[in-house]
Amino acid sequence: MRSESTIDRRQWMAILARAPRETLERLWSEVADPPPFTTLKPAETGLVMVRARCGGGGAPFNFGEMTMTRCIVQTSGRIQGHAYVAGRDRRQAELAARFDALLQMPDRQAPLLGTVVGQLAQAQAERRDGRWADAAATRVEFLTMVRGT
Amino acid sequence: MYVAVKGGEKAIDAALDLLARRRRGDDAVPELSVDQIDAQLSLAVDRVMTEGSLYDRQLGALAVKQARGDLVEAAFLLRAYRTTLPRFGFSEPLDTARMALARRISAAFKDLPGGQILGPTFDYTHRLLDFALLAEGRPSVTDVVRHAAGEVQPAMPRVTDLLADEGLIERDGDMTGAPADITRDPPHHPAPRDARLQALSRGDEGFLLALAYSTQRGYGGNHPFAGEIRYGEVAVHLHVEELGFAVDIGDIEATECQMINQFKGGGDVPPQFTRGYGLAFGHAERKAMSMALVDRALRAGEFGEEAASPAQDEEFVLSHCDNVDASGFVQHLKLPHYVDFQAELLAVRALRAAFQDKEAAQ
Repeated sequence: MRSESTIDRRQWMAILARAPRETLERLWSEVADPPPFTTLKPAETGLVMVRARCGGGGAPFNFGEMTMTRCIVQTSGRIQGHAYVAGRDRRQAELAARFDALLQMPDRQAPLLGTVVGQLAQAQAERRDGRWADAAATRVEFLTMVRGT
Repeated sequence: MYVAVKGGEKAIDAALDLLARRRRGDDAVPELSVDQIDAQLSLAVDRVMTEGSLYDRQLGALAVKQARGDLVEAAFLLRAYRTTLPRFGFSEPLDTARMALARRISAAFKDLPGGQILGPTFDYTHRLLDFALLAEGRPSVTDVVRHAAGEVQPAMPRVTDLLADEGLIERDGDMTGAPADITRDPPHHPAPRDARLQALSRGDEGFLLALAYSTQRGYGGNHPFAGEIRYGEVAVHLHVEELGFAVDIGDIEATECQMINQFKGGGDVPPQFTRGYGLAFGHAERKAMSMALVDRALRAGEFGEEAASPAQDEEFVLSHCDNVDASGFVQHLKLPHYVDFQAELLAVRALRAAFQDKEAAQ
């Protein structure tokens, strides 16, 4: 579990980008007196060309595209919230952008990091560790047989 | 040449309606949901995303459903869909060394830092039909064995990086460069390796598999070993100008294959292994391995090898590996060619008349 105090904006955006819409909806409904928002850029779906590297570590090449949705909102206090999330869920992007804005408000940041971001991060860490445990259970030691000894 | 034809609207409507009903199949059988296809036919979705060159699991599953399981048709649907969306930008190059692994094996090295992880593989199945799967409504397996619960994935460096550190294998080379984009500019030949890898990434698995097999059977062989195959999740980062930093937008699944091939050296360079590289969306090992073999075959010129086999012929491979192109051109033969054919008929009749006149004169 990562320490909350070290989480920067880049990290909470990554966590919000991986949060399912239903979870974000629930967490949003629990936010105490949310500020009014205006939409600077309505949620819009487009493509990102995913690059990889020749040989894994060499010069970049264009591997293939993926869908992504982006959204920018602004609070009445002119704080901008951005979201760039894989997939086509516009509501997810809008909620992620709103949380990004709230997380930049000094009075709200610490409690939100403890609740919203903390919960999401924990769920994501559990999923990741569970998947690794599934994989690690299939770890194998191959032995080379030597004939005639 | 094909010319516009009129008429047939009613027949076409009826054909579309019949297609929709055949897609649905017997009403007595429950309809498949897109979520079910994504979850239970996930390798079909992976192939469609790879060859459609668009990573979106839900759309891949929808395409499989709409195409009635015709995966080449489904890839075509994704290609068509992508043209409707704006492109927001290019990601930072994936860091596959930091993949959250579900599988990682090497057929060349037994002892790898981090170990060999078999993962969800068909490799050790007996390929016997499992009639237990015919029985519906079985509870899913719940007593999962998690020997390693609580463990965090250790560092799992790419095998080729380990060998490269000893100088035994060619390195990846320069990390910079502005890659070609064959979706915007068709490749010119000879195409640089980045353009070739882009074309191979979206190329038809069957075509690349056959070419890869041909290299193993002696048509441009280069003695390959599966240096490493890894499959898992890798984060995608997008640099956002307004923010001034790269945002992690989420994970995609990918399969990477590092093929290790026989030595090359000469001049000031001591002999070292050469390499071929394969990368595919989702879990697509056969595709990634085939791509790596063909990538290496296409590097013949770079290593001063004689390029006499189909798999080494860049223009042949790149011009024919795309199944959307290939399927379109083959299947366009179904469109009305009435005028064309009429012209050919006239020509053959004239030739036959001339032939008969000549016979009669003799």
